[in-house]
Amino acid sequence: MDFAALFQYSFMRIAFLAVLIITPLFGLLGTMIVTKKMAYFSDALGHSAITGIAVGVICGMQNTTVSMVIFAIVFALLLNWINAKAFASTDTVISVFSSCALAIGLAILSRGGNFSQYSGLLVGDILSITKGEVIALLVVFVITMIFYLICYNAVTAISISPILAKSRHIPVQLMENLFAVLVAVIVTFSIKWVGILIINALLILPAAAARNVSKNARTYTGYAIIFSMFSGIVGLFVSYFTNVATGPMIVIVASVIYFGTLLGQKLNLK
Amino acid sequence: MKKIIKACGFHCIKVNHLGVSFGEQVVLEDVNLHVHCNSLMAIIGQNGAGKSTLVRALLGDVPYTGNVEFRDIKDGHMQKLKIGYVPQKLNVDKNTPLSVYDLIASYQFRFPVFLAKKRDLYGKIKEALSVFEAEDLIDRQVCNLSGGQLQRVLLSMSFMDEPHLLLLDEPVSGVDQNGMDLFYETISRIKDEYDLAIILISHDLDYVRKYADQVVLLDKSVRASGSPAEVYGTEAFRETFGAGGDK
Repeated sequence: MDFAALFQYSFMRIAFLAVLIITPLFGLLGTMIVTKKMAYFSDALGHSAITGIAVGVICGMQNTTVSMVIFAIVFALLLNWINAKAFASTDTVISVFSSCALAIGLAILSRGGNFSQYSGLLVGDILSITKGEVIALLVVFVITMIFYLICYNAVTAISISPILAKSRHIPVQLMENLFAVLVAVIVTFSIKWVGILIINALLILPAAAARNVSKNARTYTGYAIIFSMFSGIVGLFVSYFTNVATGPMIVIVASVIYFGTLLGQKLNLK
Repeated sequence: MKKIIKACGFHCIKVNHLGVSFGEQVVLEDVNLHVHCNSLMAIIGQNGAGKSTLVRALLGDVPYTGNVEFRDIKDGHMQKLKIGYVPQKLNVDKNTPLSVYDLIASYQFRFPVFLAKKRDLYGKIKEALSVFEAEDLIDRQVCNLSGGQLQRVLLSMSFMDEPHLLLLDEPVSGVDQNGMDLFYETISRIKDEYDLAIILISHDLDYVRKYADQVVLLDKSVRASGSPAEVYGTEAFRETFGAGGDK
C-alpha cells in the first residue's frame, strides 16, 4: 500500500477533506436523530431527494440541488405538522408520505426511460466532490455547530419530555421545526456524495454504536464523532485500495464498529 | 428554594370556569379550583375523567377557556404563576446516555451539555438535588434510576425555579409500597416547609384520604370537592368508585 501515491491525486485529497468534514457532521447530527427516534424521518428525507430532483427537472431548474433542498425542507415541515396533528402513529405517517413522494419522483424521472442518469444518486460518489462544494460543506458544518451550541439543551429537553419542556417555556414546536430543517438541509445537500441508500446508515450507525459505550451526553457525542470519522477515513482508504465504492465501504466499517461495541457491552454486563 | 418557618397562607391560586374541547368533544367544562399555599389538593377521578387534560391545560399545553389567577390575598395584586411540574414518566429508553446532570442541565441552563461538565452548574445541580437527598445520583444514568429515585430527581429539578404551584402526577409504575409511603411523606414535608401550593393527580384513594387537605372529584367537571371525609361521603364518589370506595 502506498499512501503517498494516494494523495498525489487531487480528487483523493479533496475527497479526504470532504470526509473530514462530513463524518463529524454526521456523527454529531446522528446523536440527536437517534435520541429523538427520528431514524425513520431522516430516511424518508433521503428518499425525498429523488422527488426534489424531479420537481427541479419539471420546473426547468439548472441546479437540482437547490430544488432538492427546498423540497426536503417543505417535506420535513409537512411531516412535523402532520405529526403534531397526530392523525396516525408517526411511523405510518412518515411511511405513507415518503412512499408517495418517492413514487412520484421515480415516475417523473423515469419518463422516457432516462432514469439511469440518476442512478448514481443511490450510492453516491464522494470522489466527485469539488473544492467549491467542500467549502459549502464547511459552511453547513459551521451552521450545525452554531445550532448545536444554542439549541442542544432545548432539543434534548424536548426529547426527554415535551410537556415538561413546554412547562419550562422552551419553544417546542420551533425547535422541532428548526431541527427538522437542519436535518433536511444536511441530508439532501450531501446526498450526491453519500448516496440515498447509505446516508441513513451513516447518520445512525456511529450514534448507535456510541450509545453502547457511553453513559452521558459528552461521551455519547465524543464517541459518535470518533466512530464516524474513523469509519469515514478507513472506508475511504480501503475503498481506494480495493476498488469498491466508498460509501458502502464506510458503512461496512461503521457496522463492524457497531457490532463490536454491542459485543463489548454484552461482555461487560456479564 | 427558601425554607419557611410558618405557612404564610396568603397566596392562592384560582382556576375559574376552565374548559377544554378537542374539536366537538368537550373534555373539561366549567372547572373551578381554589388552592392555597401550604395545602395539598388531590384530584381524583376515573380514567378519561380529564385529569391529564387538566394538567396539560394548567401547563399551557392545550388551549383552554376560562382563566387561572394567582393572587396575594394580603394586597390583592396578581402575579405571574410559576408552575413546577413533575411528570409521571420520561421518554428515556434503556441504554440512553443521559446522566442526571445532563437531564437537569438541559432544562435549567443554556451551556450545552454535550460540550463539557461545568463545575459551577454541577455544584448548583448537586445543591438542588440535596433538598431531596438525591445528590449522590448526579452522575448516574437516568435510565438506571428506580421510580422513586427518578421522582426525587424530578422534584429537585422542579424546585430550582422556585415555583408557586407544584403540579404532580402520582407515580404509578416502578414504585413499591415503601416508595409510595416515602413519596407521600416527602410531599407532606414540602407542603409544610416551603411556600407553595400542591396539586396532585392521584389514583390511590387510601393515600389521598391520609395526606390530602382537599380532594376534588373530577369527571369532565368538578363533581365534588372538600375535605377527604366530605368528598368520600358524597353520592358522586360512590357512583364513581363504588360503595366501598376501593377503586
